[in-house]
Amino acid sequence: MAELAEVSAPPASEVLAQLGELRRIAIVPALNEEASVGRVIGEIRAFDPGFDIVVVDDGSTDRTAGIAADRGAHVLRLPFNLGIGGAVQTGYRFAFEHGYDLAVQVDGDGQHDPAQLPAILAPVLSGEADLCVGSRFAEATGYQSSFARRVGIRVFAFVVSAVVRQRVTDTTSGFRAVNRKGIALFAADYPHDYPEVEATVMSVKHKLRLREVPVVMRERAGGASSITALRSIYYMTKVLLAIFVGLFRRYAVPLEEEHRR
Amino acid sequence: MTPLPVSIAAAVASFLLLVVVFELIRSRRLRERYALLWLLTGSVLLALSVWRGGLNTIAGWFGVETYPPAILGAVGALFILLVLLHYSTVISRLSDQNTILAQRLALLEQQQREGLTGPSR
Repeated sequence: MAELAEVSAPPASEVLAQLGELRRIAIVPALNEEASVGRVIGEIRAFDPGFDIVVVDDGSTDRTAGIAADRGAHVLRLPFNLGIGGAVQTGYRFAFEHGYDLAVQVDGDGQHDPAQLPAILAPVLSGEADLCVGSRFAEATGYQSSFARRVGIRVFAFVVSAVVRQRVTDTTSGFRAVNRKGIALFAADYPHDYPEVEATVMSVKHKLRLREVPVVMRERAGGASSITALRSIYYMTKVLLAIFVGLFRRYAVPLEEEHRR
Repeated sequence: MTPLPVSIAAAVASFLLLVVVFELIRSRRLRERYALLWLLTGSVLLALSVWRGGLNTIAGWFGVETYPPAILGAVGALFILLVLLHYSTVISRLSDQNTILAQRLALLEQQQREGLTGPSR
């Protein structure tokens, strides 16, 4: 399966050339990831030293923030745990305020391999998409998840595909790249729990163009998943409700010029 | 058996509750997280008002022979207690977070006034 992703991904050199002078940032949400956050920062730099890195520490009680700062990342320490949605949005706010053109989201737990950034960057760089999500299409891609999570992924994939009228296979993936339009939207409005699902729907409703590309994800390098089976059911109900209600909302198309200062 | 007008009034009231909650979520004045319990309340009350036989049976279990709609009131009261208890936990969390924010702000202001050096260590 690893070969599949490598074949479909464009060569890194080509993507790096396209990145050129673009101001780009990697948003790394992390909660108690002292074991992996340093490596993630190193790997992003190894792919492209031109990426600024902002680690959003979502109320960790370990050395996550210290390690990230030592490795030269910008660190935003939230005073208490906001949940993944609030943490990620903090990163997008940072990216928006500081005028970045391009942002990628890479989890601090090491499950996203920065070497695969070319795959998710290419559609955004070529102007084909405003938001590009890395999807682990099948289960046999080195990524093991719990039964409840697998069911959740399937249900969300089905519902989201129907709502956005486009095939979406992995709605819970937080491995994504967005252009300035996406940064502006996510800085202004980002959902809360299991935010990737709603964020996907929201982006399409806001007329952002969405692309999904296959990637291979790794086992979590450290930390513990914050999702248990019972919570999954609660979140699923909540997110499905949010999507349902969202169908009855009217969305404004974000105008980048309006947001720019 | 529940008098029909009582069933109709109860059904209309719970349906209105559902509509209001839905509109509050849609207009973003109520977050999904805090709406779930309200929606559950509305749905259960609506089900019990429409399903009159069921309400009768449940009343029977509790030995309420004379006036089954009393069960509607009891269930409603139970859910309101749940919602209130839930809000108490939410307020507790918010007030803890508020304390932390105030402390952080005070520390930041001190830092800004006195520079990054602070008191000698």
